[in-house]
Amino acid sequence: MTVADVVASVCLVAGSFLCLTAGLGLVRFPDVLNRMHAATKPQVLGVLLVMTGAVIRLVGQPIVWMLVLVAVFQLLTAPVSAHLVSRVAYRRRHVRRDLLLVDELGVPAPSGSTAAARADEPAEGPERAGG
Amino acid sequence: MSARVGRLRQQGLLLVWLVLVWNLLWGTFSWANLLSGALLAVVVTTLLPLPPVTTSGRFRPLAALRFLGRFLLDLLVSSVEVSWLAFRPGRHRSAIITVQLRTDSDLLLTVIAEALSLVPGSLVLDLDRERKVMAIHLVQVRDAAHVERQRANVLGMEDRVVRAFGSAEDIARLDDPSTETPETEGVGRR
Repeated sequence: MTVADVVASVCLVAGSFLCLTAGLGLVRFPDVLNRMHAATKPQVLGVLLVMTGAVIRLVGQPIVWMLVLVAVFQLLTAPVSAHLVSRVAYRRRHVRRDLLLVDELGVPAPSGSTAAARADEPAEGPERAGG
Repeated sequence: MSARVGRLRQQGLLLVWLVLVWNLLWGTFSWANLLSGALLAVVVTTLLPLPPVTTSGRFRPLAALRFLGRFLLDLLVSSVEVSWLAFRPGRHRSAIITVQLRTDSDLLLTVIAEALSLVPGSLVLDLDRERKVMAIHLVQVRDAAHVERQRANVLGMEDRVVRAFGSAEDIARLDDPSTETPETEGVGRR
C-alpha cells in the first residue's frame, strides 16, 4: 500500500462516517430546522471526502472530472435546498419553540399560541385552512 | 464599466462555465468537446435566458484564499460539532437570531447565505432584502454570550466574502460605521 492509498482510504472511511452521522442526525434531532443542519454540514463534508478519496484512487482517468463536478454541485445545491425546507418549516411553525434559547425573528403567534409552542404538530393558522 | 459591457462580460462568463461543465462531464478536453460545448452553451443561453445578475467583477485572490481556507476549516469544525450532537444523548438548545448585514448586492448576499448555511453551525431562514436583515437558525447555543459570538461570526463571514468578491464600494460600506448594525436589537419582535 502506498501513501496515496492510505490517504484515500482514510478519506473514504471518514467521509462515509460523516454521512452516517448525517443520517443519524436526521433521525435523532428534535425538529426540522435541526435536521437541516445535519443535512448540510456533515453531509456535504462527507461527500467531499468520499469524492477526494475516489479522485486519489482514480487519478488519471476521465471520470475524475465528473467527481469534481459532483463536489462543486453538492456545495452549491445543499444549502439552497436546506434553506428552502427550513424556511417553509418556520413559516408553517414546525419549530420546537421550547428548545429555542432566543427567537429574534418572532413571527407573531397565531390565536392559540400555546398550541403553536407545542411539539412538532402544525398550529391551526388561517393559512392552513386554505390548504 | 457600462451596463452593456457588463452584460456581455457576464454572458461570456456564463458561456465559459457551461463549456467547462460540458467538458468535465465528458472527462476530456478535446476540440470536438469544446466546439459542441460552445454550440450547446449558445443554444441553452438563447433558449433559457437568465435574468441579468449585477456582478462587481472583482476578484481578489488573497482575500479569496483567506475566505476559502477559513470556510474549509469552519466546515470541518461544524461537521464534527453537528456529528457530535447527533451521537450525544440528551437535547441541545437552538436559537433564531436576526443579523443586520451591510452588503447591498444580490450576488454577494447569495454567496454569504450559501456559505452561512454550510458553516458555522448556522442555517439561513430568511432574508429581508430591503433592510438587509438575515434571520439565522443556530443549531447549538449555550448562553447569551455564545449567541453574541455567533453573531460576530456571521458578520465575520460577510466581511471575508465582501473583501474577496466585492467592489470597492461594498468594502467601503463595511468600514463605514454609520451603516454598521444600527438596529440589530430593534428588528425582531421578541
